[in-house]
Amino acid sequence: MVKQENSERLGPIEPSPSSSSTERTVLNVNDLRTYFFTREGVVKAVDGVSFLLRKDETIGLVGESGCGKTVTCLSILGLISRPGRIVGGNVLLDGKDLLKKSEREMAHIRGRRITMILQDPMTSLNPVFTIGNQVAEAIGIHQRVRGRRLWEKTVEILGLVRIPSPEMRLGDYPHQMSGGMRQRVVGAAALSCRPEVLIADEPTTSLDVTIQAQYLNLLKEVQNQLHVAMIFVTHDFGIVAKMCDRVAVMYAGKIVESARMRELFHNPLHPYTAALLKSLPKLEGRQEWLTTIEGQPPSLLNLPPGCSFAPRCRQVDDHCLEEYPPSVIVSETHTVSCWRAV
Amino acid sequence: MLSTSNILLEAKNLRKHFPITKGFIRGRVAGWIRAVDGVSFSVNRGETFGLVGESGCGKTTTAKLILLLEEPTSGSILFGGEDILALSETRLKEYSKSVQAVFQDPYGSLDPRMKVANIISEPLVVSQALPRKAVIERVKQVLLEVGLEPKSINRFPHQFSGGQRQWIAVARALASEPKVIILDEPVSALDVSIRAQLMNLLKAIQERLGLTYLLIAHDLAVVKHMSNCMGVMYVGRLVEHGDADEIYQHPCHPYTVGLLSAALPANPDAPSAEIILSGEVPSPINPPPGCRFHPRCSHAKGICSEKEPVLRKVAANHFVACHFDLGG
Ligand SMILES: Nc1ncnc2c1ncn2[C@@H]1O[C@H](COP(=O)(O)OP(=O)(O)OP(=O)(O)O)[C@@H](O)[C@H]1O
Ligand SMILES: Nc1ncnc2c1ncn2[C@@H]1O[C@H](COP(=O)(O)OP(=O)(O)OP(=O)(O)O)[C@@H](O)[C@H]1O
Ligand code: SF4
Ligand SMILES: [Mg+2]
Ligand SMILES: [Mg+2]
Repeated sequence: MVKQENSERLGPIEPSPSSSSTERTVLNVNDLRTYFFTREGVVKAVDGVSFLLRKDETIGLVGESGCGKTVTCLSILGLISRPGRIVGGNVLLDGKDLLKKSEREMAHIRGRRITMILQDPMTSLNPVFTIGNQVAEAIGIHQRVRGRRLWEKTVEILGLVRIPSPEMRLGDYPHQMSGGMRQRVVGAAALSCRPEVLIADEPTTSLDVTIQAQYLNLLKEVQNQLHVAMIFVTHDFGIVAKMCDRVAVMYAGKIVESARMRELFHNPLHPYTAALLKSLPKLEGRQEWLTTIEGQPPSLLNLPPGCSFAPRCRQVDDHCLEEYPPSVIVSETHTVSCWRAV
Repeated sequence: MLSTSNILLEAKNLRKHFPITKGFIRGRVAGWIRAVDGVSFSVNRGETFGLVGESGCGKTTTAKLILLLEEPTSGSILFGGEDILALSETRLKEYSKSVQAVFQDPYGSLDPRMKVANIISEPLVVSQALPRKAVIERVKQVLLEVGLEPKSINRFPHQFSGGQRQWIAVARALASEPKVIILDEPVSALDVSIRAQLMNLLKAIQERLGLTYLLIAHDLAVVKHMSNCMGVMYVGRLVEHGDADEIYQHPCHPYTVGLLSAALPANPDAPSAEIILSGEVPSPINPPPGCRFHPRCSHAKGICSEKEPVLRKVAANHFVACHFDLGG
């Protein structure tokens, strides 16, 4: 308690948006829009997403299935292909817009400066090559080391992600490892080039809880060592509470609320965030009934005008149905898009 | 009255060993996957028994044994006190009607070419010949029961969202007026915002219809919310079972303690339990001797690798298989 009072007196812990914060900003996503032009119509998968990512920091991207989390990440990496297209916005890495880079330049940036860990480790590992081969390849491409030095680096990186006796496991094929180990190997490949930004897209959904706990601890440790900034995609608020410094809540292609992690849990301002947090069953105590959000998440095809959450919102009024709410800056660290907050 | 009269479903020393066959010559068994290896528990009428444990520990296999989708290697299943493996053909049909299931994946478990009416009436018409009109009536009734519109009967599964498909699966499980429903990860594939809807629905129909549930889930908060009693499985065996609240408050088996501490509460102020289990779950092909948990256990002593602990009572309704008294 005392500690908190102190820090309040000393001003916000969050760096002020002065020059010092721009210095620390690694990635600046600004009004990003990625649409899919399908036969059924235009799917506005990402529709005006903005957030900042600072060095050493983890931002959580949370939201339900289909709300645009993965497409946001793939857009940052320049991995959108037809029928999808980035139709607006910019993605600044150290102030330079990635959306203006050529495919060759992007290939260079991917895997060297920004890397990604996917949900299913089997899809990111090639089943016919040994894991030593695959991690070495990731290192070799981006760091130009070869021979004995490359072998040592590979062993070192696998050791970093706690593969036991890595020199012995270099010859293993992916199917010979457990899911937890495979995911650590993928992590090793992603970290091998010491990227500035690591994007982890639900990296633990295929893992058991005890293995997940080990993996999350490991990611945190490695982040502390390498000072990598992280975008952590999840729909699990337990993971958010453990891993993230800030959180952006997505709904139907847009960020509806973003705040410091604790602020979001203690003072959720968007009716969607608040209802979502209330609907979770608790580990302590006994509840008879859970609070629910009625209805289903919307289809991104032909979203109605107005707030996309309006059809499910308990606080909806006429205005909500007509016009999309503006993004309201509630405090330096808390933004929300809701007419109730205007 | 006997205290056991309240028990509706009981598993006694259930085992299921799958053969591992090697080479092209049929019948050469190279080893056994001991998926379920001596599991006993009982479920009270109208209550929910939650089964937790890591992937591959044998939860679904246990469910399949009870559903008669797999034949047990040994052990017995009692339903209302009767051994179902000794039942006559007709009584067996009755049992099949009484025990239904809802699985995790609403895509996989609903035939995409079948209309909702046929999907839901399947468990009904398999076991008895009913006039078409009565079948449709029943289908409409269960649709209403789960809060779907009766006019959905002519639609196909793909015309529903992923979430709604799970409602159809629940309706189907209800069609034959079962007494027990086995819920194998019923909410894991659902969106966060509709999980609470389904959990509330499951609780409401349980109360209304007096149903008994066997709930399998890896989300401990879900099991905690739904269950009266629970069992913790590890490599084919139950290591702890009893009253759910009691186990959450006073977990005794080191594995249960580790499992609970690995659960991440959606609360940044929760004290972080730092008893992270190291290592991985061993294979059920060659489970470790003695206590199967001993290679990962921080309390393990010599006896743990030699002798398999048996379940013993530590409180009124609380049983633990560990050589030591580590109760919390
Ligand atoms: N290739 C594509 N063609 C058409 N629509 C697409 C395509 N890829 C994605 N979408 C649409 O974009 C939307 C956002 O998808 P995205 O994969 O980003 O969701 P997500 O938030 O990552 O969900 P999940 O939690 O299920 O991974 C979805 O509605 C999806 O249908
Ligand atoms: N038909 C089968 N043939 C051979 N092995 C099987 C079969 N079904 C299951 N197994 C094995 O039995 C063990 C237990 O599997 P089961 O599906 O019961 O686990 P579970 O606890 O339900 O896991 P999960 O949480 O991943 O669903 C696993 O090692 C599995 O590979
Ligand atoms: S804008 Fe209106 S409908 Fe949308 S969340 Fe706020 S109150 Fe609800
Ligand atoms: Mg995704
Ligand atoms: Mg299973």
